[in-house]
Amino acid sequence: MAKGKMGSSVKHDVIAAEDVITSELTRGERALDLVWRSWLFIFLLGLIVFFWSQTPANSFLTGSNFKLIALNTSEVILLAIGETFVIVTAGIDLSIGGILLIAGTCGGKVMLALSGTHAQVQMGLYPHATTAICVGIAVCIVMGTAWGLVNGLLITLLKLPPFIVTLGTLGITFGLSDLISGGTNFFAPVPPSFTDKIGNGTFLGLYVPIWIAIFFLIVAHIVYHHLRFGRYTAAVGSNEEGARRTGIAVNRQIVKVYALAGFLAGSAAVLDLAIFTNISRASHSSDNLNAIGAVVIGGTSLFGGVGTIIGSAIGAFIPTIAQNGLVIMNVPSFWQEVLVGVTIIFAVYLDQVRRRRSSK
Amino acid sequence: MTALSVTTPNSSGVEPILEARNIQKHFGHVVALREGNFQLRPDEIHAIVGDNGAGKSTLIKIISGVFHADGGEVLLDGRPVSITNPREARVLGIETVYQDLALAEHLDAAANLFLGREMLLPPPLSWFGFLDKKSMKQRAEGEMQRLKIGIQSVEQPVQSLSGGQRQAVAVARAIAWGNRIVIMDEPTAALGVRESAMVLELMREVKNHGIAVIMISHNLPEVFAVADRITVLRLGRTIATIDTSDTSLEAVVGFMTGALDALV
Repeated sequence: MAKGKMGSSVKHDVIAAEDVITSELTRGERALDLVWRSWLFIFLLGLIVFFWSQTPANSFLTGSNFKLIALNTSEVILLAIGETFVIVTAGIDLSIGGILLIAGTCGGKVMLALSGTHAQVQMGLYPHATTAICVGIAVCIVMGTAWGLVNGLLITLLKLPPFIVTLGTLGITFGLSDLISGGTNFFAPVPPSFTDKIGNGTFLGLYVPIWIAIFFLIVAHIVYHHLRFGRYTAAVGSNEEGARRTGIAVNRQIVKVYALAGFLAGSAAVLDLAIFTNISRASHSSDNLNAIGAVVIGGTSLFGGVGTIIGSAIGAFIPTIAQNGLVIMNVPSFWQEVLVGVTIIFAVYLDQVRRRRSSK
Repeated sequence: MTALSVTTPNSSGVEPILEARNIQKHFGHVVALREGNFQLRPDEIHAIVGDNGAGKSTLIKIISGVFHADGGEVLLDGRPVSITNPREARVLGIETVYQDLALAEHLDAAANLFLGREMLLPPPLSWFGFLDKKSMKQRAEGEMQRLKIGIQSVEQPVQSLSGGQRQAVAVARAIAWGNRIVIMDEPTAALGVRESAMVLELMREVKNHGIAVIMISHNLPEVFAVADRITVLRLGRTIATIDTSDTSLEAVVGFMTGALDALV
């Protein structure tokens, strides 16, 4: 038994020595974390200050303009929430812009078809607006979720890389949307009551879509941090094989996560119809860029395992603020895409540096 | 030509908790195990040693359900059992700590300990899958204390822990669920000297809690430091099972290399 005693005294030394190492590591990590977290705020603040200084007084930095920015961000926030869950599993969803478009196209078509006869609607009469709106919303959401399911099933059943599957469904959904719509806008706007109540409607001074985005944000934050669903999502992204060995139904979790992203894209389609009364391919060609940008700029690692819902929501403001500011500056808003593209690359580079340091 | 195990089979009067008899395993034309014999007592650390290709890993993988034996039988508490996959092994109380640990590195120690077996808050919150983080944290801390595992906080991501601490978390997970047998595959292979000492101490602690430990190791000094008995395999055969206190490093090396003949 003397051996055992000796062993345990050695062990205490070992642990004491290790505690020092670990605490140093985490202190360094914490400092890096702080820089990491704050760079997004600094960048956002810099962007706001830049536009404020470059635009005429009372044009950019006003309450009403910021409400408008928030309204335009609400859709990106929904897409970014879904994308966050997907990226935490170490996957990627390149199809959400296409899913939004096809869900909105079908939902909008159904809404118009059920609102009344073609002639009535063309004259601006929508006799069955309420039913039409409800069914239209359901179509958007079901359509979005279904495409998300398709993504998830293809990835897990055929064991294909998410990048390829969702690139494929992006092409499919864009193409099908144009086939369904004939490549043109709807023959009439969606029912005005829909636009009035949701798109332009306000509650406590904020547009309804903003409240919807806030609601989804809170729910998603709770799901990610406090529900088993969130934990399994992170476990799958952190160590897929390890998660499988502990008995987690890894494939089912992956399918659920892509279905969730599809559901949120469908919900974003509802907001899109309500805000813009119409839907077109041109306005959704950079949705993926904006949503993925929001997620990686917000601090979620492309390598899986860690993520933040709130970060993605803040990141979602970068494309919309840029767009808004550039329009006011009278600069072609195409620069927005350039800016977001550059920022994504920078953010992923930072993440990689951070990972390399922490794995040392 | 039969190789018999020497040991004092039941001289101690202890019934083996686990026994493998005449296990055979082929991979195509390659014979990985010709005659794998192994007895595990409920209160020991039992090392399995042998040169590369001796059949150690194959034997272990048959016990843990990863491979299916072509011949022979495995007995648990004296009753023959058929273990066809790792999940069945786990149900029988046999847990394996793999070399790559299978931890979710971004999650904290408590989350890893409960991965796949999360505690939930009482209904109606449990219907949504609300995690009972507080209870899990407390139980994880209790588990760490029980095994005298020194980590600052069970809420630290596993990736910020040292190699030895990670190994400790993996071991804690393996034995936290009422398992009776823990298989450790090269538990110190990736670790430095101090870290290895910590893991060996942990293995003794596990044994003190009444859990039998099977270890595979290449490191004979470590085997001698921690194991109660040693089973030596050579070319797919069990050559000898020896009490550590009755043998020497030279003798074990002799058995491993064939310089010493099988104890017949």
